[in-house]
Amino acid sequence: MTTLTEAPAPVEERAPDRKPRRNWTPWALLLPGLLWLTVFFLVPILSSVSASVQTGDYDDGFKLTWHWANYHDAIADFGPQYYHSLVYSLLTTIVCLALAYPVAYFIAFKGGRWKTLLMALVIVPSFTSFLIRTIAWKTILADNGTVVHTLASMHLLKITTALGWTVGNHVLASPAAVVCGMVYNFLPFTILPLYTSLEKIDPRLHEAGADLYCSAFTTWRRITLPLSMPGVIGGTLLTFIPAVGDYINAQLLGNPNTTVVGQRIEDLFLRQTNGYPVGSAMSVVMMVGTLVIVMTYIWRAGTEDLL
Amino acid sequence: MATQTLSTAPAPAGGDAHLKVRRRGPIAWARQHVLLVVTFLVFVFMLLPNGVILWMSFNSPEGKFNYTWHKFSLDAWKNPCSSSTMCHSIGLSLEIGVVATILATILGTMIAFAMVRHRFRARSGINALLFLPMAAPEVVMGATLAALFFNTIGPGAMGFWTITIAHVMFCISYVVVTVKSRLAGMDPTLERAAQDLYATPTQTFMKVTLPLVAPGIGAAALLAFAISIDDYIITVFTAGNSETFPMYIFGSVQRAYPAQIDVIGSLMLLGTMAVIAVSQVLNQMRAARKK
Repeated sequence: MTTLTEAPAPVEERAPDRKPRRNWTPWALLLPGLLWLTVFFLVPILSSVSASVQTGDYDDGFKLTWHWANYHDAIADFGPQYYHSLVYSLLTTIVCLALAYPVAYFIAFKGGRWKTLLMALVIVPSFTSFLIRTIAWKTILADNGTVVHTLASMHLLKITTALGWTVGNHVLASPAAVVCGMVYNFLPFTILPLYTSLEKIDPRLHEAGADLYCSAFTTWRRITLPLSMPGVIGGTLLTFIPAVGDYINAQLLGNPNTTVVGQRIEDLFLRQTNGYPVGSAMSVVMMVGTLVIVMTYIWRAGTEDLL
Repeated sequence: MATQTLSTAPAPAGGDAHLKVRRRGPIAWARQHVLLVVTFLVFVFMLLPNGVILWMSFNSPEGKFNYTWHKFSLDAWKNPCSSSTMCHSIGLSLEIGVVATILATILGTMIAFAMVRHRFRARSGINALLFLPMAAPEVVMGATLAALFFNTIGPGAMGFWTITIAHVMFCISYVVVTVKSRLAGMDPTLERAAQDLYATPTQTFMKVTLPLVAPGIGAAALLAFAISIDDYIITVFTAGNSETFPMYIFGSVQRAYPAQIDVIGSLMLLGTMAVIAVSQVLNQMRAARKK
């Protein structure tokens, strides 16, 4: 509401202020949107940092008491959740990259006149709500379904269970199902930036590599891969960042032993009484953790201009 | 594509005639076309759930949950709104989607114009503020917004407007990115030409700039709508007692999962595909008429 009342004021100043250096037009255009982001994004995030060191309850209200023990509770009590969130999202990112690269490469260089159609096929599934599509995996991976039968008849299920990926004779309600769902959900986010950067590469560079007696693999390693690095970095970031926060797959396809940070935060905020300070502390830990990982990755990859 | 490569595969391909000996047989073929095989399998992986959804929408589930195939039935397609809670939630999702899209598109387009067309200080700070909502985990944004609304208006007042506010917040950045790329790729000489021909700034904007940016704004609006209508995590934190369609689906996993949900899922896919097909045909007809 404040944005609506405050926005028109600078507009009136626009005409007389035209001649002097200081031009108010950009600020008039920026103000409403930036105010919205400040009030509903920045302020809540900052206030949750304050909330994370508060104590109290819903009846008497919460007070800022610099109760750092909330962080102890938020980290010590939920070790497995942090571990799951990190491992699942890293695994998802790696598997997504491994699957997306060949697909993006194929569409970009071998797609020919089918390029547009194939890229459309990458996006088309997301027209259906992602929740319905994730729940469809319950049908695909069901105990009496083809996937489980095939894996069981090949005795692969015993191996995956021994490794702790699956549980008993089921694929559903296991870490493997969670990662499968996450890979499925985030794969388009890896393919799209990869395709964009691969598509820009001149295919004649491949011919040049072959002319200079490079094997196909060397050509890929020395020419294509370095040129597609922006896509690799963009794709992995677009996958990793939402994957860390995702708890839908863990909730729908996992079991009580696959819980991730997001599930606990939701639980603390929406169902636990007075869980709000510890929930805020968990959010802060998660946000800072993600930021540190992403920044280190960008810094190591040497593409600060990505931001 | 597949058939084409199939037929040409056994013959030594002219283009990349390497020294390798080409063998026949399905395994040798697969080895020579690893890329094609992998791509095909990944596409199966990506499209399988949509097929399952369409298939299961014709199921008459045995129990409460439509997870396993029982027998063919058209019941769910005949009355998709048998659960009024579901159709209410779809209505709410659509309303929020439309309002949030309009607001986010207006605010985001204004920011995009300012960023591309004007010079001002604090640009990198503003860029960071725009980037962060795309990079912050959704749970964190949802949880912190929930705390804000709890403390200011109280849980009882949360609903349509708090969800819409949240959706506008995370859609703005996507609108800015989309419109900005369109604006940046535009030829600035066209606007100068309009002004040379004595068009007022308003006329230039309405007759030249806006029509040229319109596709970008349209794409941004579609993106915002798609993100808004599909969002679960931030919505559940800001919803109070209201229930959007994603929240209904999520709740159904605990209560009962009717085949009607699969009908809606199929309709979403088929509907969008129909819209794309029609617009493609219209485009081609327009192009043909111009010739």
